[in-house]
Amino acid sequence: MNSLYYQKRLSRNIGDKFFTSLSVICALIAILPLIFLVTYILIKGGSQITPELFALEPNPPGDDLDAGGINPALIGTLIITTIASIIAIPVGVGGGIYLAEYSKGGAFSRFIRFGVNVLAGVPSIIAGVFIYALIVSTKILFGSMYSGLAGGMALSILMLPTVIKTTDEGLKLVPNELRYASLGVGASMYTTILKVTLPSAFRSIATGVVLGIARAAGETAPLIFTALFSYYYITGFGDLFYEMGSLAVLIYNFALEPYDAQNKLAWAASFILVLSILSVNIFSRILAAFTEKTKRV
Amino acid sequence: MEEKLTLFKNRKRFGIEKNIDIIFKNTALVLSSFVAIILLGIILVVFFQSFESFSRYGLKFLVTSEWNPVKDEYGAFTAIYGTLVTSFLSLLITIPLGVGTAIFITEDFVPKVFREIIGSFVELLAAIPSVVLGLWAIFVMEPFFRAFFVFLHNFFGWIPLFSTEPTGRNSLLAILILVVMLLPIVTSIARDSLNQVPKKLRNAAYGIGASRWKTIFSVILPAALSGIMAGILLALGRAMGETMAVTMIIGNSNAFSWSLLSPGYTISSMLANQFGEADGSQVSSLFYAAFVLMILSLIVNIFAQWLVKKFSLKY
Repeated sequence: MNSLYYQKRLSRNIGDKFFTSLSVICALIAILPLIFLVTYILIKGGSQITPELFALEPNPPGDDLDAGGINPALIGTLIITTIASIIAIPVGVGGGIYLAEYSKGGAFSRFIRFGVNVLAGVPSIIAGVFIYALIVSTKILFGSMYSGLAGGMALSILMLPTVIKTTDEGLKLVPNELRYASLGVGASMYTTILKVTLPSAFRSIATGVVLGIARAAGETAPLIFTALFSYYYITGFGDLFYEMGSLAVLIYNFALEPYDAQNKLAWAASFILVLSILSVNIFSRILAAFTEKTKRV
Repeated sequence: MEEKLTLFKNRKRFGIEKNIDIIFKNTALVLSSFVAIILLGIILVVFFQSFESFSRYGLKFLVTSEWNPVKDEYGAFTAIYGTLVTSFLSLLITIPLGVGTAIFITEDFVPKVFREIIGSFVELLAAIPSVVLGLWAIFVMEPFFRAFFVFLHNFFGWIPLFSTEPTGRNSLLAILILVVMLLPIVTSIARDSLNQVPKKLRNAAYGIGASRWKTIFSVILPAALSGIMAGILLALGRAMGETMAVTMIIGNSNAFSWSLLSPGYTISSMLANQFGEADGSQVSSLFYAAFVLMILSLIVNIFAQWLVKKFSLKY
């Protein structure tokens, strides 16, 4: 028998075939439910979408058939995520600038980078517990307990590590020649950072930040006892200091209701949440791939 | 010439510009230290809030399972056991599936386009909010698995893990939804570390006559092991802290049972359930439980970081 030919019966070839099919099976088991999950959410949720959904308040659960809409929750999610971004982006970008531009790899910056990774691993519900102890139970915000503002703060804790990390890594990719050139023509350090390095890292930082925001928008655990939930329209600035609904908490609350109408509302809210998060993700991926190809440096 | 020289001599930084520079640097410094402040703040606040309960129950809190707000008796054993069991068992299922999928994506079984589509699809799934997964688990997964659980109980009921009659939500469902959540994490990190193994190693193994899977098992997996381990630990941390999907499907019962087919509790689901309505020493006990959860996840995370630093690939 010619040993140069592929021999099917050889134990190593049988073993190879076996493991190959095993990994194919693994991939199938892993991927099929996931595909099923996404299509199910999109179809089941998409079929509940009506114009009134965006305009009405949710009705308190009961056995009446009309559940109303999700307007307050939708607006609430936008407000809470905005508050979180207003806190986390300046702090995160500033911190990232220090790590990438000023620090010289000493003990302090190593400790901060370590802290960023640890903070990223802190369970999201702990952020809620922390803000509850610090802000909700102490009524430190003008005597209000549960509030949209507190919810935004809890979310900002979750966003912060992402923002710092992407800023730090984005700035580190900027070639040093740019910095030397800017400093060489007499620009000061802050002009260099604000006018040269930050703008050239803008896209990668923006992508990371937007992904961070999208992730925060779907977080529920930090909100259930900081922002709580509300059935009523958000009418003015003062509502920031009261309980505020959000899509995520609406899904949680209404999924556990025994009434069909509320469950349908939860599916509709999931559809909106998943669709927006997925489209932000896909869009930033395409953008990132596009920048990769057109990068000049 | 003369004029130019004087210009050059007079070209000094204005005092205000210098000050702005200093202020800018220090602002950045303060902002970066916020991370440390928040982290320490979380640890201290949770610790001090749990102090009352800690001084009353001590370490007994960790091993008793009575949780009775009426009698004011608290012990978190059921929740701690639930946290550990759900996260470890879900990881046990996820590791072979995730690493197998990662190998499938990094080998050339199918054209590159398909592999990249599968890879980015898996990554996209990590972006789905856990509360949505919980909703899906309640309305799709639970009915789907009901018959299977009855079968499991009828034939393997003699094993303590399956000894109770399945009634709706239970720990096993929580484990399964955790698998769905952890798969993207383990798969994408394992894929990245497999991709980082230099091609030279693979070619060398092929060159001396190793078959494909001999190469994978003896060369590529060992070389990528530290990265995969770190990914697994990150997933473990995530599983222990995961709240929403688990809370919605685990059944939330503090009655201790060895069986996975009975409703259970995890620390995070206990917090999510009770924190809003708790008062008195129950709040302190909940903070104690939160402190335990935090320490568990801190240990896992720090260990993961140490592992990455210590064994990161050096080629």
